[in-house]
Amino acid sequence: MIDELVRYFSSPSYREVLLSSLGQHVYLSLVPLLLGVLVAVPLGRFAQRAPRARAALLGSANVVYTVPSLALFVIIPAVVGTGATDSINVVIALTIYNAALLVRPVMEGLASVPGHVVTAATALGYRPARRFFAVEVPLALPVLSSALRVASVSNVSLVSVGALIGIGGLGRLFTDGFQRDFLVPIALGIVLTLLLAMAGDLLIVALRRALTPWQRAGGR
Amino acid sequence: MVLDELIAWLHDPNHWLSSSGLLVQCALHLYYCVVSVLAASVIAVPLGLWIGHSGRGAVSVVVVGNSIRALPTLGLVTLFVLLAGIGVLPTLAALVLLAVPPVLSGAVAGVHSVPEEVRDAAKGMGMTPAQQLWQVELPNAAPLLFGGVRTAMLQVVATASVAAYVGLGGLGEILLEGIKIYDYGQTLAAALFIALLAVVLDALLAGASRLLTPRGIRARGRVPARGAA
Repeated sequence: MIDELVRYFSSPSYREVLLSSLGQHVYLSLVPLLLGVLVAVPLGRFAQRAPRARAALLGSANVVYTVPSLALFVIIPAVVGTGATDSINVVIALTIYNAALLVRPVMEGLASVPGHVVTAATALGYRPARRFFAVEVPLALPVLSSALRVASVSNVSLVSVGALIGIGGLGRLFTDGFQRDFLVPIALGIVLTLLLAMAGDLLIVALRRALTPWQRAGGR
Repeated sequence: MVLDELIAWLHDPNHWLSSSGLLVQCALHLYYCVVSVLAASVIAVPLGLWIGHSGRGAVSVVVVGNSIRALPTLGLVTLFVLLAGIGVLPTLAALVLLAVPPVLSGAVAGVHSVPEEVRDAAKGMGMTPAQQLWQVELPNAAPLLFGGVRTAMLQVVATASVAAYVGLGGLGEILLEGIKIYDYGQTLAAALFIALLAVVLDALLAGASRLLTPRGIRARGRVPARGAA
């Protein structure tokens, strides 16, 4: 195993594949997460404000989340009109998953903001938009951040499936390893995926701590 | 144009009825999924009930459950097949491995969700520990337990499609073949069937969960956050 590992790393072409796969993996996990938040925040706000639309919105989010990733990756081109092997398909698919996953937590997070805080902000002269971003969203962050952690971990693990349609970040190591009956890239791919998931998770936890200083000050 | 390809592919009866057609592969896919989830439940439900009941090892269930969520399914499947050889069994073992954690955490969370007063009341009525588990904790745990089974089923439907890459039959085989021969109609048809299978199975399990949950506690149950599919 050690010999094989050395053999793997001594080849410049392998190292190059490894680095570019890693870079692509980070890109394909991160961009959909950011886009997913951008989609989920207005949708969650809407669901919170419009109880009638809530059931339909959350219900369809549930159904979307049920569709297996490989299927969604190849359905997207038919719906959006992108090329069948374009990496944008993976970005769109994961964005949809993340938005579906985050709608409910956004709604619940916003609903958890105490009414008197919102009223106080209004009384202090905050206009609705500023109040939303400066008061309500920050107070919803604790609820939101645990959902973000789930979304980021699931992205990191799902990107690899894209290797089956030719865009898979570290997933490429799995198909490579399988085709050449070579265990090292597969094991390496799994370890790197787990490390990446862990790094993303720690980053979100750190961001949450930095953005919600009042929680550390003991009670709110 | 895309739709034309899809309709043209679906219009050929051979694509439905041949020995590697949609119907046979769909049945095979369903069979693998049901077998894996059943096997996982046989392992995870008793274990989860025991962990929840005794309170031992509950933390490690959470940790293991979270790290399995990060495992790339394609990596796991290729790893199992390279280690144990091509075949249905190593692949099914990988599916079972992925299905165990959600069922396990569903069972543990279910038992933990039983209110302390309910447990005390059962004890106060003179129930033996076995009676408490079977007549009080298990029915109360049902909604969350079923939530775990649903998550496991979705995980397995998705992973079984991916596992077509290492030779597991099922709808994934049709999908990947379509990619290989640049027949997008075929790929899309298979993908739609996979999506349909997942949605239908999830709905069936949701129905079963409602039927098997005692009426008195139905209102309390809520499906926990789903794992990645």
